[in-house]
Amino acid sequence: MPDWTPPTSVNLVDLGFMDSRSKLIDLAAFLDRVQKAGQDGDFRVQALKNALTLLSQDKPQRAKDVLLSFSDPSTEPIAKATMQGAIGAHKA
Amino acid sequence: MNYIEPHGHMVSRTTDCYERMALAGCQAICEPAFWAGFDRASADGFHDYFRQITEYEPKRAAKFGIKHFCWLCINPKEAEDLKLAEDVIALIPQFIDKPGVLGIGEIGLNKNSRNELAIFERHLQVAQDYDQLVLIHTPHLEDKLKGTHLIVQALKNFSKIKPERVIIDHVEEHTIDHVLDHGFWAGITLYPESKCTPHRAIDMLEHRHAERIWMNSACDWGVSDPLAVPKTMQAMRIRGWTPEMIQRVAWDNPRAFMGQCPKFSI
Repeated sequence: MPDWTPPTSVNLVDLGFMDSRSKLIDLAAFLDRVQKAGQDGDFRVQALKNALTLLSQDKPQRAKDVLLSFSDPSTEPIAKATMQGAIGAHKA
Repeated sequence: MNYIEPHGHMVSRTTDCYERMALAGCQAICEPAFWAGFDRASADGFHDYFRQITEYEPKRAAKFGIKHFCWLCINPKEAEDLKLAEDVIALIPQFIDKPGVLGIGEIGLNKNSRNELAIFERHLQVAQDYDQLVLIHTPHLEDKLKGTHLIVQALKNFSKIKPERVIIDHVEEHTIDHVLDHGFWAGITLYPESKCTPHRAIDMLEHRHAERIWMNSACDWGVSDPLAVPKTMQAMRIRGWTPEMIQRVAWDNPRAFMGQCPKFSI
């Protein structure tokens, strides 16, 4: 394989700020909505809130840590698959 | 710029999708055997499906100047039924020598159950016995981390299957290092909501210098985009990638991996 040529520097904030801003406001509105509806006790909402605390860390591995926070931490196969889909957050 | 779609479920797409992909520069599509959105009742359904992806889809693709290749297996979502799975695995030898068949896939895990793992290992045995390339599906969402680790662990028991002949697909930020650090190829799937966006894919490609990685749309019956690869190539341009490096990811890498099968020629 040829050597890696890094991309030329571009303003990533220009490229991504408005999109990220929009997604963050959407998330805030979602949390408001489920709270007003009395549904913020759902484990998936709690998983989102836990993940939000990871965004203020300094290391540039927030995406990885958020994904880890949603993941099943067990290591052994389960006895039987009782459903086919996934939910998005591990229920302890 | 020309590109290869290394993972597309074209049985789920309209003929219009082939046309749009051709217009976008797609030269080859590789179609892993998968779950069709519902459970098939018997191995006969898989026999017809294997005929569809080995005989019919190549003809449909050829009308638009696209080469079509495929992979064979019973996917992990239907592997909980051991009898069905064994019946389908028994069909593979009669299709394995068809001109467009590249190997065994997409095998792997879905809910990380014992039966899924047993059938995954049965497929690996077939791949080892027939000296085939292997394409692996990793589980969705909260099950991906555990499943990826179980898959890598299981592969260690098949010493004749070389890591460079295995691609582990649908990696994300929390699994890509584990896959590549064990010597396997990694696939990044550009899929709305449940897998990876173009910019996250580019972040991972930059993190690993695009080494042993392909990207695919996995376009199927769900909400997905058959043009996800060329759209990501466009995002790479905007982010300052050189044409040579874009070509490496969109063309050279999938060609290098699948070119290990002599039937893959473009």
